[in-house]
Amino acid sequence: MKKIRIIPTILYDSNSAVKGKNFNSWRKIGSLKQIIKLYSLREVDELIFLDVAANSKKNLEYKIIDDFADDCFMPITAGGGIKTMKNIELLLKSGVDRVSINSAIYNNYNFVKEAINYFGSQCIVLSVDYKIINNKKKNVFINSGRHDTKIELNDYLKKIEDLQPGEVLINSIDRDGTMMGYDIETLKKIEKKFKFQIIASGGAKSEKDVYNLINQTSIKAVSCSSIFQFTEITPLKIKEFLLKKGYRLRN
Amino acid sequence: MKKNIVLLDIKMGNVDSIIKAVEYNGYKCKLSNSRKDLEKSDIIILPGQGAFDSAMKNIRNLKIEQTLIEKSKDKTLFLGICLGMHLMADFGYENNKKTRGLGLINGEVKILPKKKIKIPHLGWNEVKFKKKDKILMDISNKKDFYFLHSYYFDLKYKKNLIATSNYGINFPSIIKDKNIYGVQFHPEKSLWAGVNLIKNFIELSEKN
Repeated sequence: MKKIRIIPTILYDSNSAVKGKNFNSWRKIGSLKQIIKLYSLREVDELIFLDVAANSKKNLEYKIIDDFADDCFMPITAGGGIKTMKNIELLLKSGVDRVSINSAIYNNYNFVKEAINYFGSQCIVLSVDYKIINNKKKNVFINSGRHDTKIELNDYLKKIEDLQPGEVLINSIDRDGTMMGYDIETLKKIEKKFKFQIIASGGAKSEKDVYNLINQTSIKAVSCSSIFQFTEITPLKIKEFLLKKGYRLRN
Repeated sequence: MKKNIVLLDIKMGNVDSIIKAVEYNGYKCKLSNSRKDLEKSDIIILPGQGAFDSAMKNIRNLKIEQTLIEKSKDKTLFLGICLGMHLMADFGYENNKKTRGLGLINGEVKILPKKKIKIPHLGWNEVKFKKKDKILMDISNKKDFYFLHSYYFDLKYKKNLIATSNYGINFPSIIKDKNIYGVQFHPEKSLWAGVNLIKNFIELSEKN
């Protein structure tokens, strides 16, 4: 039986942690180093780091990643701007365990295929951002939510399933940073239709939101961001709540 | 006591975290694949990420297979982590072909049965002790460690089993044959219990 993983996601730009809303208006919320220290002390299950400005930079900032990986004796995933095999090789070398690929799935499908073959499906997290258009269609967006691929979420996920990924991070742009709760209806449909394992992201406001998601689906991994920055809730508090409800968590 | 620790560089995966975990315990380790460094070492760590066949191919291309086998017979402490543990087997079946391993601990590496579970086995899982061992000092039974794998080590002899975990089936999560240890999980990613296990392992050499 799998244990539930509560995964704080840290968005950053250079040395600052940032926070957005609906993938927009990034604002600085503190020093990256401090925030990592805090999570390390709190012994979280895992961390995801996403460089929100990577697509506009020439090179990935391996040095920053190398520095923060030193403080993490837990699994870490890094993403943002990954386009080449060399990018992945250097990220792994910097102390990252897994990489998250988003825009390149659309821009260069064959590269993603090659990466999964070479590094193994366990090493590559595929990340998908979607947004509801005109109240009904769900479209996939890339470039940190700036570009509409005009591809419907289900069609996009079919292409992703062909790659046999280890895990797919599904993020609702509409819910991101709004703390409105997860988009459970959509996630339910996805898990019914597809075989890959899901990390749900976008919208958690309280431990109840996390509970509602894992209670109504078979999803075992959730990513949270705003909830840990703007509320009193810690990963531990969510875990205690879930333990009381009878779920299995790391001990 | 100064120890000569070599982390085998097979050009795959994240080795930085293992170096950091060794350093956290007050020791130094050298990332190397030179025969000379291996011959001088008291402790060899085989890291683990990637595929069995390509890792063995790298080891053979580096012409260090014999050196590793000879070192394993002369009391040098070995720790294989995840794929590094798998490489200690007689054979592996990754990518639909049979590849010979180093043969340091008898057994074969097989894919986890996919019937009821999703692969890879990814996340935290309990490690249940089956036998007492110094590598487990100050670690509680059923503690969670971090796993990330699709294949497991099918031991030939039960005497080599130290701990098991369950994912669809019970599989060995810690194995041992004299001075050779293998762990299926990633101790360098398992917070303080993992850092502690690495310390216990390194300090085994003091009792020899």
